[in-house]
Amino acid sequence: MTTKLFGEPVRRREDARLITGRGRYVDDIGHTALAAAFVRSPHAHARIVDIDVDAALDVEGLVAIYTYEDLTGPLAEPLPVLIPHPQLHAPRTGYPLASGEVNHVGEPVAMVVATDRYVAEDACDRIVVTYEELPAVVGVDAARAARSAVHEEIPDNVAAVHHQETGDVEAALATAPRTLSFTQYIERSASMPLEGKGVHARWDADDGSLRVHTSTQASTSVRAAIAAKLQLSLDQVEVIAPDVGGGFGVKIVHPWPEELLVPMAAIALGREVKWTEDRREHFIGSAHERQQRQEITVGYDDDGRLVALDVHIWHDNGAYTPYGIIVPIVTATQLVGPYVIPTYRVKVESVYTNTVIVTPYRGAGRPQGCYAMERTMDRIADVLGLDRAEVRARNLIRPDQFPYDHHLTFQDGRPVIYDSGDYPGLLDKLKALVGWEDAEAMRRDAEARGTLLGVGMALYVEGTGPGPYEGGHVQVLGSGKVLVSTGLTSQGQGHETVLAQIVATELGVPIEDIEVTTGDTRRFGYAVGTFASRAAVMSGNAVALAARGVREKALRIAADVLEADPGDLEIDEGLVQVRGTPGAAVPLRTVAVLSNPLRYAFDEAARQATQFATHDDSKPPVAEDDEPGLEFRDYYSPLRSTFASGAHAAVVEIDPATFEIDVVRYAVVHDCGNVVNPMIVEGQVHGGVAQGVGGALYERMAYDADGQLQNASFMDFLMPYASEVPDVDIDHQQTPSPLNPLGIKGAGEAGVIPGTAAIASAIEDATGRRITRMPIAPSELFDLVNDESAERTAASARRAGTGTMPAGTMPAGVRTTGVRTTGVRTTGGGA
Amino acid sequence: MKPAPFRYADPGTLDEALEVLSAEGEGAKVLAGGQSLLPLLSMRLAAPAVLVDINRVPGLDTIEATGDGVRVGALVRHGALLGGGPDADAAARVQPLLARATAHVAHPAIRNRGTTVGSIAHADPSGEMTSVLALTGGSVAVATPSGTSEIPWADFFVGPLETSLPAAAVVTSAFFPALPPRAGTAFAEIARRRGDYAVCGAGVVVTLDDDRRVSAARAAYISVGLVPEVHDLTEAVAGQPADAADWSAAAALARGKVDPDADLHAGAGYRRHLVGVLTGRTLPAAAAEAVSRSAA
Repeated sequence: MTTKLFGEPVRRREDARLITGRGRYVDDIGHTALAAAFVRSPHAHARIVDIDVDAALDVEGLVAIYTYEDLTGPLAEPLPVLIPHPQLHAPRTGYPLASGEVNHVGEPVAMVVATDRYVAEDACDRIVVTYEELPAVVGVDAARAARSAVHEEIPDNVAAVHHQETGDVEAALATAPRTLSFTQYIERSASMPLEGKGVHARWDADDGSLRVHTSTQASTSVRAAIAAKLQLSLDQVEVIAPDVGGGFGVKIVHPWPEELLVPMAAIALGREVKWTEDRREHFIGSAHERQQRQEITVGYDDDGRLVALDVHIWHDNGAYTPYGIIVPIVTATQLVGPYVIPTYRVKVESVYTNTVIVTPYRGAGRPQGCYAMERTMDRIADVLGLDRAEVRARNLIRPDQFPYDHHLTFQDGRPVIYDSGDYPGLLDKLKALVGWEDAEAMRRDAEARGTLLGVGMALYVEGTGPGPYEGGHVQVLGSGKVLVSTGLTSQGQGHETVLAQIVATELGVPIEDIEVTTGDTRRFGYAVGTFASRAAVMSGNAVALAARGVREKALRIAADVLEADPGDLEIDEGLVQVRGTPGAAVPLRTVAVLSNPLRYAFDEAARQATQFATHDDSKPPVAEDDEPGLEFRDYYSPLRSTFASGAHAAVVEIDPATFEIDVVRYAVVHDCGNVVNPMIVEGQVHGGVAQGVGGALYERMAYDADGQLQNASFMDFLMPYASEVPDVDIDHQQTPSPLNPLGIKGAGEAGVIPGTAAIASAIEDATGRRITRMPIAPSELFDLVNDESAERTAASARRAGTGTMPAGTMPAGVRTTGVRTTGVRTTGGGA
Repeated sequence: MKPAPFRYADPGTLDEALEVLSAEGEGAKVLAGGQSLLPLLSMRLAAPAVLVDINRVPGLDTIEATGDGVRVGALVRHGALLGGGPDADAAARVQPLLARATAHVAHPAIRNRGTTVGSIAHADPSGEMTSVLALTGGSVAVATPSGTSEIPWADFFVGPLETSLPAAAVVTSAFFPALPPRAGTAFAEIARRRGDYAVCGAGVVVTLDDDRRVSAARAAYISVGLVPEVHDLTEAVAGQPADAADWSAAAALARGKVDPDADLHAGAGYRRHLVGVLTGRTLPAAAAEAVSRSAA
């Protein structure tokens, strides 16, 4: 069948539009709109003493200035805590405009609306805000030390203590043959979509309706938030996510202050108002992620099998907690990866700092969890002198152990039960793909070329496609066009293509006839959003179910006119036909016309359909359990998340003179169940790996002690260019999910998860120095190698000068005090 | 990130440009390629009252290579020095360091707009061309309402982003003296990402005597120190054969001479270390070029 497109590398239908400049982003909408700009706090922590707008009032073109005093009703209340949790004992959120206190540089203090953005910024410059500075808390260790508090009434800075355990860890550790403990850090990065946030609002006073375009990952929820905060009825508000230039998590947060304030101004002024976030605003006024301090104790036996794992994490959540403790929960529950961990205890203390809020960025806590678990595996292998792959292999969940219950509770409140997987298969494929067994030969070759080579690997399991639901609507028009919509939004992932492939396959129509709309509340009112690698799983299955509904109805109507049994009918290339009987067929578009008993002959399709019209005086034109039209709406709501998995390996080469770190090979084995479109999955993996490399080697948020972000530009925040991203070798494994009709698992975030862990492992392998802080830059590696007290790996001692940093670059000889291979409890790494 | 209000002038002659500049005083800023100035305006780190765009001024867009050296006009884009035309090729023969360093300037889009002279006038110690001007012993031609003058590099650079240029003045060209006979150059740079400002860069010139022994070795570094400086490394290698000199001694000498600072991307110790590494890598390459130029 030509319409069987599920699983094919169909070229992305959105690309022609997006890469030739014909995309339509928020800033392309409303050319005559007034422009908003914001006065943002220059201080990390301060009391607002006074806001003097007098000097701004003279600026020609100024339309309005708003401060907290101008907010009324629910708008004057703190922003919502979107996802409350019993363990989030001290949630705090900001106000749309600061009320009395600011808690990070970039917090909005006043909004200016003017004839254009230049004028708006001129006015912003003239607004004088008097602050009384307060001590700033910057970084997870400062928050933990709690010498000062971000929020006065929370003196320990702890917002939440998330805690899960599967048994008596202390008893298990006490009897474990071996234990080791270490501390490690991971730094902040951020989603950094190339299109920042943006909001355009238009109030139709005659109609009493508000139309908002926003660069969001959750248009239905933004709609609900606007309605609630502006005290409008839901039916008065439409929210549309047009083309969105990347999200990566930051746009799932809602409502952003600007998403409320811009519509507020549009209504108050009776004019279109638009705000387009600039890059500096995005750095200081949106969200970051990733900083954690991780203290890990693991108990294991002489073969390297895990006995118990005890993890204590301090997680920097920034100034506020609008998105609850999703990231800490994801770290806590996804840390366990593909391994059997007989006893596990995790405690995550989520702490306030005077920095930009922390909310999910692609991976959403998983890269940190993977870093904790995989570096633990590396350390066990190092102590025991075992191959790092072998230690992992000995601890993997076996294919016959599914469904595998970790006895943990996931971010969706449901149990962490792995639905399916083949982790030994992943590891075997990875070793073959990267040439793991040839690592020593690669190392010798590199040495001959004067470079240090190291290999590292990391495995992950990713809970994807959490509920509660997504919906799909499929409608066949008399023209033959098939309209597909889902409320979930797109940010360039290829949903238009993937959802069309699914509907083409389910319905038996050419993909060219299908038009997909996402994220438009005019078309679909109920949706959750695009995050947690859920779009294909959730909306994919929802549109499949909707297409099946349409198909069933189409076959019923066609069976009537063809005088056949529906079971004998098939749909192919848009034609409903009796299987094996050429000529006995009716086009689907005709069935669509027939589905509506009101058939004014506006067009040829309607005229043609009359020849098939049946007439039965014994029934009403629309049967009791039927409705006019060939359309169907359905929802997919999963029992629980489905768990994708994968394994990455990195080969790095380090210039022993300059300490430049080059990822020369990167291998990925990926299992996201049934693959709808392998080209799109590979594209997702490539993008994820790029962000993984960025997080491991280039990106960090450089806050100084006063809470000033010193690298708030693309000049100093080093997102890798194409020249820094390695070629990626990919192998697929397909272990279908038994949980959903299509057998698919999510693929969006996977590529980024193991990057930091795998690259840290490879650098450690190359240099023989324990890597405990990521990301790592050449300058830091230089310092580490020249630090006499820095811990050496046991592997480097065993290798004894055949691959570690040579004499002259670093002191010769290998210290033996860093790791004791005989010890019961070994403490290494450390702050 | 929109500039504060400014006025804009685009004079058609140098005299008109100087007229506007004298009338406006300190509030005026010359615009050529705009690759440094426009971001500063957008971030409101600079707010000049008037921009004097010299792109319409005739005669400033030429590369003149003579036996004495290469004169690069104020409107010559970086990319124009990278070959592909007779002027660029001639310039590369007379002073090969120019194109060699230019290849490290940012990315093609920036090289297509940004100017060599603008980069020098901006006096950013992370820019390549300031150090190249210093290392070659160059100068800039400056036009003022009262006449023109040639300012040697050492008198031009005052501090980071600071020059001795008076307010009502236009740098009309930069002059890079020719590479002397029996001399060779090399340039190398370490950057975090391809095309980024260097964490550390090094340009060197090695001169040989008639017996192909080192008679002079000089180096200038990028992103090291507040203003361009030329370091004489001759003492470490003087009189040594070009193909067997103790370049590591010169590298060690260089490490001791520089005084780098730390920034977001590198510590001072690492920068000092890189000065040694890059010196050790570039000097033998420059010596090899000197040998081949001696043979020619």
